[in-house]
Amino acid sequence: MSSARALAAAVRAGERSAREATEGALDAVAARDGVLHAFLSVQGDEALARADEVDAIVARGGDPGPLAGVALALKDNLCTRGTPTTCGSKILQGWCPPYDATVVGLLQGAGAIPLGKTNMDEFAMGSSTENSAFGPTRNPHDTGRVPGGSSGGTAAAVAAGFTPLGLGSDTGGSIRQPAALCGVVGMKPTYGRVSRYGLVAFASSLDQIGPFAADVEDAALLFDVLAGHDPLDSTSLSSVPEPTVDALERGVDGVRVGVCPDLIEGCAADVAARVGEAAEALAGAGARVEEIRIPEFAYGLSAYYLIAPAEASSNLARYDGVRYGLRVDGEDAAAMNTATRTAGFGAEVKRRIMLGTYALSAGYYDAYYAQAQRVRTLVMQAFERAYCSVDLLLGATAPTTAFALGAKVDDPLSMYMNDICTIPSNLAGHPAISVPFGGGDDGLPVGVQVLAPALEEALLFRVARVLQEAAPPGGPPEGGVAA
Amino acid sequence: MNGAGDPGRPTTSNPVTLSRDDVIHVARLARLELGDDEVELFTAQLRSVLDHAADVAALDLAHLEPSTRPIAVENVLRPDEPRPSLDRAEILAAAPSVEDHRFRVPRIGGEAP
Repeated sequence: MSSARALAAAVRAGERSAREATEGALDAVAARDGVLHAFLSVQGDEALARADEVDAIVARGGDPGPLAGVALALKDNLCTRGTPTTCGSKILQGWCPPYDATVVGLLQGAGAIPLGKTNMDEFAMGSSTENSAFGPTRNPHDTGRVPGGSSGGTAAAVAAGFTPLGLGSDTGGSIRQPAALCGVVGMKPTYGRVSRYGLVAFASSLDQIGPFAADVEDAALLFDVLAGHDPLDSTSLSSVPEPTVDALERGVDGVRVGVCPDLIEGCAADVAARVGEAAEALAGAGARVEEIRIPEFAYGLSAYYLIAPAEASSNLARYDGVRYGLRVDGEDAAAMNTATRTAGFGAEVKRRIMLGTYALSAGYYDAYYAQAQRVRTLVMQAFERAYCSVDLLLGATAPTTAFALGAKVDDPLSMYMNDICTIPSNLAGHPAISVPFGGGDDGLPVGVQVLAPALEEALLFRVARVLQEAAPPGGPPEGGVAA
Repeated sequence: MNGAGDPGRPTTSNPVTLSRDDVIHVARLARLELGDDEVELFTAQLRSVLDHAADVAALDLAHLEPSTRPIAVENVLRPDEPRPSLDRAEILAAAPSVEDHRFRVPRIGGEAP
């Protein structure tokens, strides 16, 4: 499969047709997604119609945009007008949004071809995509393993080579962790850098949309299309983003990288070894590498699993059987609300709603919720101190390679531990990226994570690209489904 | 830890252990109905999460302000001018029950306080 940038260049030059590329992507999905289940729905007719529009623009001498003819996988919590958007939940089964998410419009304006909507943990709550009401997604590298989550469908679609690009959302690691487990690049932008308008809300102070791609250059290309101000999102940053693709070749000479043991020590030995090799690779490329301790990160997990459920319990109050989605009748409105929510939500969503309701309830608000918000301040201050002496941080993305389907579904706390290295960036609203860096002892992909201060996406991609060039062999097969 | 400060020291005011009745109460607040087996399961699972959170609850962080979001809060305004909203027919078409261009719901009232 060619890269997004090569395909777009060929389509813009009239050397390849968007229709032929889109047909190829649809054929691949039809042939292999029965096993993987990356997609919840595929909009083939709409995709081909879009491809024809792109080809028509080229035929009359126009430019369809930087993603001309590039097929793309959309996580199913991104609103697409007139197209089912389920969030992996029975409570939204069959619902078609009355508007497009801002990012969907931006993609279409750039000439991209949304191919379908991808599987996810219900309402993005999970780290394995096993919490989908519509069945799990399988990891393309080993179909007995999970793809990670919650954006596991998009990660698997890109790893399988169905689409060169994809979109996910990251509230506590839901882009980076599945990217690591599937051997692709996944990036969480700065909070407010990419519009959240039309992203179905999970935890509004943490949620962020971001790119998946097979390599760093394509991820940067997609990020540049997504980044910018949106008047429809009141948390959107008003500053104008600099293109990151222009800075990709600048290398890391003199860049100060802090290797953070607090993002490594809880990880499996093979994962920790890859992070060490990544640090050596950066040093070899001219970066100034030092160790930096940030013990406050240890409290991030607990704080996150109070803050995110608290916000979710409020955001998910809207699923009441009145305006959209499932309704289960009851004798009065309250009974109808209860019957609808009881039937429509899965176990993990119920757990988080109850946890959040408890943390916000009288008598526990100060001890849990307000305390977690103070920890958030603590983590933000710790980042600030660290960034006085280094430009970036390096650590693991996930504690292990992809685990077996079913291994953690009965123990929520062990599932939550998957997010331990990714949560700090969400609490602080900072950008971070996972880059494939060799394999684990089991031959499955390992991702290393680079963290940067707010709005330093260009630097993040530069460093990620150096890591990509230095990545050891034994990593994931490129764009194929392992036998 | 040079310059890193003290992340906090434990206090004695650890929150109490989550009970079965707490789970039933919270489920009712959230409009969820749980079977007996679910109450058992969720009590144990939520307790393990809250036990883990005891590390945070035990910190003395009175000197820190709580953060509600990662960016500064600012008021966002736009000119107060009429403009088209979402299409009413499209919105109503997605509703489970509609009557006279409105959302139809069962009787409201007779609810427990």
